[in-house]
Amino acid sequence: MKVTLKVWRQKNAKTPGEFKTYPANHVSPDMSFLEMLDVVNQELILKGEEPIAFDHDCREGICGMCSLMINGIAHGKKAVTTCQLHMRSFNDGDTITIEPWRAKPFPILKDLVVDRTSFDRIIQAGGFISASTGSAPDGNSIPVAKPDADKAMDAAACIGCAACVAACPNGSAMLFTAAKVTHLGFLPQGQTERHQRAVNMIAVHDAEGFGNCTNIGECSAVCPKEISLDTISRLNRDIVVAALKGIEPNVETAAAKAS
Amino acid sequence: MTGVLTLYRTSVGKKVIMALTGFILVGFVVFHMYGNTKMYQGPEAFNAYAVGLRELGYPVFGYEHLLWVARLVLIGAVILHIWSATALTMQSHKSTGANAVSGTRRYGEQKRQTSYAAYTMRFGGIVLLLFIVYHILHLTFGMVGYGPNEFQHPNYLGGHPEYFVYNNVVVGFQKPLISGFYMLAMVFLGMHLYHGVWSMFQTLGLNSVKYTGVLRGLAILVAAAVVIGNLSFPIAVMAGIVGPAV
Repeated sequence: MKVTLKVWRQKNAKTPGEFKTYPANHVSPDMSFLEMLDVVNQELILKGEEPIAFDHDCREGICGMCSLMINGIAHGKKAVTTCQLHMRSFNDGDTITIEPWRAKPFPILKDLVVDRTSFDRIIQAGGFISASTGSAPDGNSIPVAKPDADKAMDAAACIGCAACVAACPNGSAMLFTAAKVTHLGFLPQGQTERHQRAVNMIAVHDAEGFGNCTNIGECSAVCPKEISLDTISRLNRDIVVAALKGIEPNVETAAAKAS
Repeated sequence: MTGVLTLYRTSVGKKVIMALTGFILVGFVVFHMYGNTKMYQGPEAFNAYAVGLRELGYPVFGYEHLLWVARLVLIGAVILHIWSATALTMQSHKSTGANAVSGTRRYGEQKRQTSYAAYTMRFGGIVLLLFIVYHILHLTFGMVGYGPNEFQHPNYLGGHPEYFVYNNVVVGFQKPLISGFYMLAMVFLGMHLYHGVWSMFQTLGLNSVKYTGVLRGLAILVAAAVVIGNLSFPIAVMAGIVGPAV
């Protein structure tokens, strides 16, 4: 099959970018989207042109590295990562628009590659538990109810790809933050810092420049791991309880460090 | 408890303020719609309702005192609702505005996956604010939308207050343009309520996969009740069901 690609090309964060059109004439319907880009890049290299830069790693749908806005939908289709999207999802002769994630906390590094370290800083603010290290604890020494384990696991499925931010009309990372807060907050091991965690992670989320959630649900609709809006509800509840308890953020944000 | 006062600092806290003030305002619009159904009982009942609102709590409270408490709470709620919405919108625009090359949209195209109502909250909110201003100037003060001597102001000539809201509603809604504007505003109110009522529970952390269907249903119920009730008033006047007082 043959498709036409409209790709965002941008040399670096400071140079303005633009769309460029490339033909992809040797596409098999069984190729993944990234393999199709590999083929196009090979042709560009042979022609002596700069290949299209894009993020990828495991290509198994579990690392969260691939990040393309395809035809206006993050990862191109509901509940899938770009690497698990196949060309059979498109029709022969289609024009496919490919853009990077766009949000202020994700500066474009080159073409379709964005810098997502702002997510790492949100994780550093509270995505951990305090536990004594050493040998592995006995199995079942801390009982976890099966429904809680299931909900924690559902939230833990988040791979941090940031499709939620890309799809959000507000550029908010609430679904990501909520997934991390919910994942730990459902388990007994996560109770010690539960409310402090929520307050700290939201403080960093806001300081990084992410937008705010208006409960639209675009995030959950495109999430490759189908994280539910319930996690955001639970994050909100943790924040309200934290406020009632008078818990203040005790984390240093990047903005505070700079000033 | 002082921690509650720090809520305004975070994005989630501002949303909590929006949800709580929204709850007050939803209560108001439901009561407002219910109270106005008294116009179907004729001029006496409807005019007595207007006086009765002012005599709430009388004689324990003074004339109009409780009404003013309610008005101040409502004005405060509206101000906080708008303030939090503005602050949050500005925060979101900072996030989405960057990286879009000047003059172009954030994405070449973006396909919506979810409901339309959620996208019209800001635009609809501004329409509703303009509507509220017009509504108060119109039916409360009689400053717009009436010909000379059409609006009957309340008086105290007989030693007790007399209100003529029935006449004012009928005369006001007999003008198709004004009735049309009211009905258009109600469509926006319906969408605002549909997303807002459900959102309120989500923001306060009371939503979960178990209850979301029930809460969506509640939102539809509240929005439908308010919109259908409110739409019926101008329609009834224009259809002559609610006619001029004889």
